[in-house]
Order: sequence, then C-alpha cells, then structure tokens
Amino acid sequence: MAPAKSDLPQGTLDLLILKVVAFGPVHGYAIAQRLEQVSRGVVQVPEGSLYPALHRLENRGLLAADWKETETGREAKFYRLTRKGHKQLATEAADWQRLIDAIGLILGMADGGAR
Amino acid sequence: MNRWTRLSHRTQMEAQLEKELTFHLEQHTSQLVARGITPNEARRQARLALGGPEQVKEKCRDVRGTRWLEDLLQDTRYALRTFWRKPAFTVVALLILSLGIGATTVMFAVINSVLLRPLSYPEPDRLVTLRESTEQIGELWGVSNPDFIDVRRANQTLALAAWTYAGGTISAPGEPEYVNGRQISAELFSTLGISPAQGRAFRPDEDRPGAPAVAIVSYGLWQHLFGSEPSTIGRSLVYEGKPYTVIGIAPAGFQLDGDAEIFTPLQQRQTTDPRMQNRAARFLRVIARLRPGFALSDARVQLALIAQHLAQEYPKSNAGLSMTAYPLQKELVGDIGSTLWLLLGAVGVVLLIACVNIASLLLARAVSREREVAVRVALGAGRGRLTRQCLTESAVLGLGGGMLGVVLAFVSVHPFVAFWPGSLPRAEEIHLDWRVLVFAVSASLVSGILFGLAPALRVPMRGVEQTLRAGARSIAGSSRRLHSAFVISETALAVVLLVSAGMLGHTLLALSSLDPGFNVHNVMAARFALSPASLSNPEQVRAAWQDVLDHARRVPGVESVALADIIPMREGSNSLPYWTTATPPPPNQEPVALASCVTLDYLNVMGIPLRQGRFFNDHDRLDSEPVVVIDDNLAQHAFGTKDAVGKRLWIPAMGATPALVVGIVGHVRQWGLAADDQSRVRDQMYYPFAQVPAPLLHFFSSIMSFAARTTIPPSNVLEPLRRELRGASGDQALYEVHTMEQLVSSSLARQRFLLLLFGIFAGLALLLACIGIYGVLAYLTGQRVPEIGVRMTLGANPVDVMRLVLGQSLVMIFVGVGVGILAALAAGRILNRLVEGMRPADASTFAITIPVLVVAALFASFVPARRASRIDPVTALRQQ
Repeated sequence: MAPAKSDLPQGTLDLLILKVVAFGPVHGYAIAQRLEQVSRGVVQVPEGSLYPALHRLENRGLLAADWKETETGREAKFYRLTRKGHKQLATEAADWQRLIDAIGLILGMADGGAR
Repeated sequence: MNRWTRLSHRTQMEAQLEKELTFHLEQHTSQLVARGITPNEARRQARLALGGPEQVKEKCRDVRGTRWLEDLLQDTRYALRTFWRKPAFTVVALLILSLGIGATTVMFAVINSVLLRPLSYPEPDRLVTLRESTEQIGELWGVSNPDFIDVRRANQTLALAAWTYAGGTISAPGEPEYVNGRQISAELFSTLGISPAQGRAFRPDEDRPGAPAVAIVSYGLWQHLFGSEPSTIGRSLVYEGKPYTVIGIAPAGFQLDGDAEIFTPLQQRQTTDPRMQNRAARFLRVIARLRPGFALSDARVQLALIAQHLAQEYPKSNAGLSMTAYPLQKELVGDIGSTLWLLLGAVGVVLLIACVNIASLLLARAVSREREVAVRVALGAGRGRLTRQCLTESAVLGLGGGMLGVVLAFVSVHPFVAFWPGSLPRAEEIHLDWRVLVFAVSASLVSGILFGLAPALRVPMRGVEQTLRAGARSIAGSSRRLHSAFVISETALAVVLLVSAGMLGHTLLALSSLDPGFNVHNVMAARFALSPASLSNPEQVRAAWQDVLDHARRVPGVESVALADIIPMREGSNSLPYWTTATPPPPNQEPVALASCVTLDYLNVMGIPLRQGRFFNDHDRLDSEPVVVIDDNLAQHAFGTKDAVGKRLWIPAMGATPALVVGIVGHVRQWGLAADDQSRVRDQMYYPFAQVPAPLLHFFSSIMSFAARTTIPPSNVLEPLRRELRGASGDQALYEVHTMEQLVSSSLARQRFLLLLFGIFAGLALLLACIGIYGVLAYLTGQRVPEIGVRMTLGANPVDVMRLVLGQSLVMIFVGVGVGILAALAAGRILNRLVEGMRPADASTFAITIPVLVVAALFASFVPARRASRIDPVTALRQQ
C-alpha cells in the first residue's frame, strides 16, 4: 500500500511555487510535475489550486508571465520570478527554516526531558 | 496592469486562461498516453486531476481583484435582460416602487427644507427668540415694549431686536391699496445678519418717537410701485396718510412671519399706540442673536435673572413672569414637525408594503427558477456569487424605481406644498437638494435589498442533485411559509393605515358635529382699513366707523352688521386678567378671559344665543358705567352657577372702575372646533366699542374687523359692499375676507388634510395588499395543482377545492388582521398625541375598517380559488 499522502500545510503552496519558479521560466504543467517529483509523492499538491495560486502570485507582482514556445513548438504561459518575488522567496524560506528549527528544538527537548 | 486595464482586457484574459488550461490538459493527456493509457481514459484522468476546468477558471477569476466589478457589470446586464424579457412584471414592480419612493421622497423633501435645513441667515444656530410665560396662562404671545427695552439694556449675552405687525393704506404713488407692514427696531436687520438690497437699515436715532418718518419697502413693492427704479432711495410715499421717505429696499424674499411690503421704525409707534408704554401689553416679537462667546444656556440664566429683577421692580405687571429663549428655527417652524413626521411614517408604511409585495413577486420567480440556479451551482457558481447576483437584480429594480420616484417627487413636491392647508412655514424654501437625492437613492437601495433578501437567501447550497432530479413542483413547499409571512405582514401594515384613517375620519365627523357656539351660515368677516384721513382725532375715528356701519346696512342682502376686534376661529386674540372683588389676587395669579371689543349688533350677526340679561345698547357710552357681557364659562368660573347678571368684574386693563355684568351669552369655540376644548383660555367676555377710551381709538381702528349677516350667500354681497364702503376719498378697503363657514372648516383643515392623505395611503395600502394576496395565492395554488388533481380524483368537488384555497388565505388574512390590530392600537396612541381633538381608537372604527380589508382580501383570493376549482384532474395529474 502506498504511504498516505499528507495535505500541504496552509500557505506553503505559494512558497513551493516560488521555489520551483526560481530555477528559471517554467509553465504551469511543468510546475505541477516538478512539485510532484520533488515531493516524491509524500505531499498532495492539488492541481486545482495550482492555477489560482499562480494567478494570485502574478497579481501580487511576485511572478511575471510571458507567452513563449515550448520545445515541442506549442505556445505556453511561462512564469518567472520578479525581483519582488525573489525577495519574498528569501524571507519566506528563512521564516520556514526558523519555524522548522524551532519545532525541531521543541521535539528534541521533549526527548531530553524523558531521559 | 491596473484594475481598469485588466477589466478592459477581460476577453483577452479569458482567452489566455482557456489556452493555459487547455495546454495543461493536453500535456497531461499526452504524457498519460505515452504511458500506454487509451486517449479517452487519459483525457478523463487529466481532467479529474485538475479538478474540473470550469471550477478552476472560476477560482482564477476570483483572484483577479476586479472580480466584483466584472460581476456587477455582468449581473446588471443579466438583470436588465431578465426584466426586459418580463415587461409586465417589470412595469408593475417599477410602478409600485416609484409610487412608494416618490411619495416618501416628497415627504422627506418637505421635512428636509422645513425642519432640517438651517435658516438662510448667517450663523442661523445662534439666532433665538425671547418668550415670556406665567404659571397661569403658560407661554405668552409676545413681549411688552418696556420689557424689551429693559432686557436689551440689561443683558450681555444677547443682541436683541423686536418687531410687530402693522399695515395700512399706501395712497401715493399709485392707486390707494392696503399693504401688510411690520414695525421693526433698528437692530433687526443686523441681528438677523442681513443687509438691505439697496439703501440702508434704520439708524438707532430713527427708531424713536418723533423722529423723521422713514420706511424700508419690500423688494416686491419696489418692483411694483417704483418699477425697480434705482433712484427709489430718497423718494417718498404716503402710508397711513403720512409721508414717508424710502431709505432702503429689503432683500428679495425677506419675510417676517409672512410677507410684508413696508417696514417702519418700531418706536415711532409710541405716537399712535399707548400700549407701547404699557408693561402688561405683550405684543412684540423679539428676535436675538447670541453674542460671541455665549451659549444659549448662558442667555437663559441671564434672562431668568432679569425676569426676577423686573418682577420685583414692577410686581403689578411682571410678578410670576419668567423669560427664556428658544432657537429661532423651532419658533418659526412651530408644531408642524409632528404632522410631517406622521406623514413620513405613513408613506413609509406604504413603501414597506410595496417592498413586501415585490419581495413576494420576486420570491415566486426565484422558486420557479430554482432548477436554473441548481444547474448553475453544478456548473461551478458559488453560493456567495449567486446571492450577489440575486441582490444585484433587486438593487437594479430598486434603483430603477427610485429614479422614477425622484422624477415623480420632482414634479409633485410643489403641487403638494400648494395643497397644504394654511401656510406651511418656509414653504418657499422647499426644493429637492442633494440630501433629498441621497435619501431617495438610499431608500431605493434599501428597498431593493429588503425585497431581494428573501429570494437571495433561498440560493441552495446543498442538495443540488436533489433539486435537479426533482420536478420543479415538488420543491415549492419550503417557500409557503415565507409567502404566508409576506401576506400576513402586508395585511397587518394595511390594517394599521386603514384603522388610522378610520380614526381620523371618526374624529373629523365627531368634531364637525360640534356646535361652534354661533350660527355659521350667511356670515362674513373681513379686516377693514379705515381712510387714513379720518385717523387724526378720536371723534373722527368714531364717526368714520359709524359711517361704515350705516353704509353697510344699506347694501341689499345685508341683514345686520357689527365690528369686532376678534373673530372666532381666526388668528388673533386678546386675553385679559379679571377678578371678582376689589382686592386683587397676587399679580399674574388671576384668571384670564378672552376679551372681544364689539359693537351693538354683534350678537345678531354671529347668532350667539343670549342666555340672561341683555346685550349692549346705545346707553352704554364712554360716560356711563362700564359694562361687560360674559359667556357661560366665565359665569360658571367667577360666580358659580346662576345670576351673574348685576355682579361686577374688576378688569385691570380696562381701568380701576369695575365693569357691570349685564348679560350672559353662550360659549363660542373661539380657538377652532378641535382646539377649543384644550385651550387654556376658555372664559370669554365682550365689552362695547363705544366704551373704548379715546387715546386707544387710533390703535383699535387698526385691529377692528367688519362682520355682516346676510340674507343671501355672503359672496353675492361682497362686491356691492366693497363699492359702498370705499369711503368719500375712495381709500378704504375690505381685505382678508372670509365667510364664517370657511373659518369653521379651516379650523379642522389639519385633521381633514391628514384624513385625506391617510385615506389615500390606506387605499393604496389596501390595493397593494390585495395585489400581493392575489399574487401569492395564485402562485401557491399553481404549485398545488397536482395535489388538487389528486384530491379531485379521490372525490373532492369544486366547492371543496375552493374552500381549501379560501381557507388557506383566510388563515393568513386573520393572522395579519390580528397582528395589524395590535400595531394599529400603538399607532393610534401616536395619533392621539400628535393630532388635537383626536378620538381614541374605538370598536366602531375597527368594526368598519376591518371588514373592508377582509372582504377586499377575500375578493383577491377568490380568483385563484375559482381557477383551482376548475382544474381538470386528468391534466393536473399528467403535469406531474
């Protein structure tokens, strides 16, 4: 049986999208695939929320989009990170790291208390 | 891209969104196909993974930020299209709404201009009036000149000015004509904060007895008498037989309690009116402006102190007298406010019924559109979105009705004001301004939301599949309760208006049947301006009046004539304190009676019954014993029941000698049929014109009115009478002519006006309620066709079916009537407080009005009931 997939914690979809787009211009389908691969099937990325999230980030000026041809010669909407997006990614990633550290610390402390 | 460009690129954005999602689906499908899945299955899986392209699109549109605006435009277009497709519904709804909003807007426009908008003087909130009052009489009509002068000198908080009524004949330039005038103190214009249109205001040195005769003319008189000539200042005119120099022209539209054509200095009145030095003669109106740095409360404190000082110094006239100040606006507007708010409340109820009516129409439509809505939910429309669409629709309807309503208000506000009985204060200022527009727009939006709420809240969230699967007919049950609630509230609101109208009608009938105390038929009364030439000495004044009476008697059709300073039910009164012993009670504690100065035939002219003793005759002269005739009330109060004739009354205003009571006459409803019972001064006395002392004659001749009893309708006598009374020099005139019938009827004008409007409103409410009941029943019965079909197949006959439908409507109507009666009792209390002479709601009022409503409502339900009874069971069952 495949391991149960967890839901994505609230607000992290935007961070993940920013991270994926940071590697270079990429279209929606590719983002979905990359998220799926990277998370190795552990996290469920709802494809239905992907596009609204992309449009939201575009509206907030964190992403910019251009219509370009893919390798197969089809026209697709390619997203890239704006300067504001880069900054946002840096702060959000840092925040996330701090949070993980703090949680790790708390969990570790509980271990220590039992010893 | 900002919001607006984004909005204008909407089509392009939609295309791009479509393209992006298609690309995604194609990529996913081709990848799945590459893994060996059949193309059809691959397409299905790709769509499933995305979660429905339409829903995704909706969410993408949602994040655009211009969404609400796009939706609003789209919904508005959709609403307009829907209304266009249902013209009958739209026309009826718009008509009902525009009537409701139009009427409400008219009432608000009047309230706004009369009550809410500040006076059109600079810093209007600092303008006040001065009022005196005593425990005994309450608020006095005016302030005496000596009191005015003392208060003006002694206080630091107020800048005071005074004025009083005047008027007379202007005999040059032009034809002699009677004009209304005012005598004003020099500070009046500066106190109000206005300046003359041309020339200047009076100087203090002109406002004193013996100063040169100067006048300010009204803008209208300037146009009409001097042809708007700029050189009018400095010219002269002859007023009351005396030349005056025109020194100023009042600003256009300037009023002091109504229009006046000529203004003269107040203190110059001292030469003709001895009351100007009499501290007990309170006939001046005082206007004041708060001086900088003082509040109304400061002024009141100081006035109270000054009043106390005056009471100590002049106990004879001022003991027990208190002074206070009120905002001028309140004084000008008087008690008109209660009538206005009452009417606004009544039109508000009509508007509310209109809203309920449209709500039930919309709800019926919403229920029949339930499947459409369910389909749209299935296609990805959110609940909020559908609710918004519903509300947009009703708001569009509301605004449409509001726009028509404003147009309606615009054309009808002036006719309405003209229709107002008597004079509506500040009527000339009434117009529609931005505040009224804001009110109308808010009223229409609120109405729109009010009647749109019920259908909007019905937007389903769950159970979509059920709705889709079910036939449209089987889902109606849930709306039945709401529909009943509409019928009940409409009925209840209509009951409130019907009962109120019934109460007013009952009151009016009861008041009209009251005995006014005199014979109202074939009597006319008019003010009269004596020739200025005859005013020079008292003997001439007396002779001139006698001449008027003699001439008038000669006119064919005139039965008897008299003079009187007070005419029953007309404006103007004179209350005098009296006492029954030589030692007077403490000042301002004595009883007060209405005193009329009359000539010998007055009793015959008015048809007042003589109860005991005699009326005046030729032997009552200046050199004989002073006599009075009193009414039943005074006889009762002063002397107990019987035999007042031969007793004496001490009346300080008439001198030290007591007056002999020579007769008792019936009480006259002086203050109007409705108001007389509540008035404070109900004792009446008459004294002979022949005994008015010589120094007062000049003043009395300015207030005496002419009254005549005729054998033919008074209007036929008027022209000959005018010709006969013009006098030797042709400068005498009758003016303000009324028949007593008119005066009696206008004393009930307020009640009649309210009854008329409430009657119209109640009729409208009844009509709307019937339309509503008809609509709801037709709809509910339509929903029950299959059920009725079943009943009929099982053996029910048409009568049973009619009973079923009528029974259903009767229950709703009776619940509505019950709720309405409770509300009407509450409304009746408000009416009782606000309308004088109002009779409380009694059983007969309910017994007359309620059946009207029930019959009308049953009539409205009859049509749908009959239609239901004619249902063919076979067709009905096939519809299922």
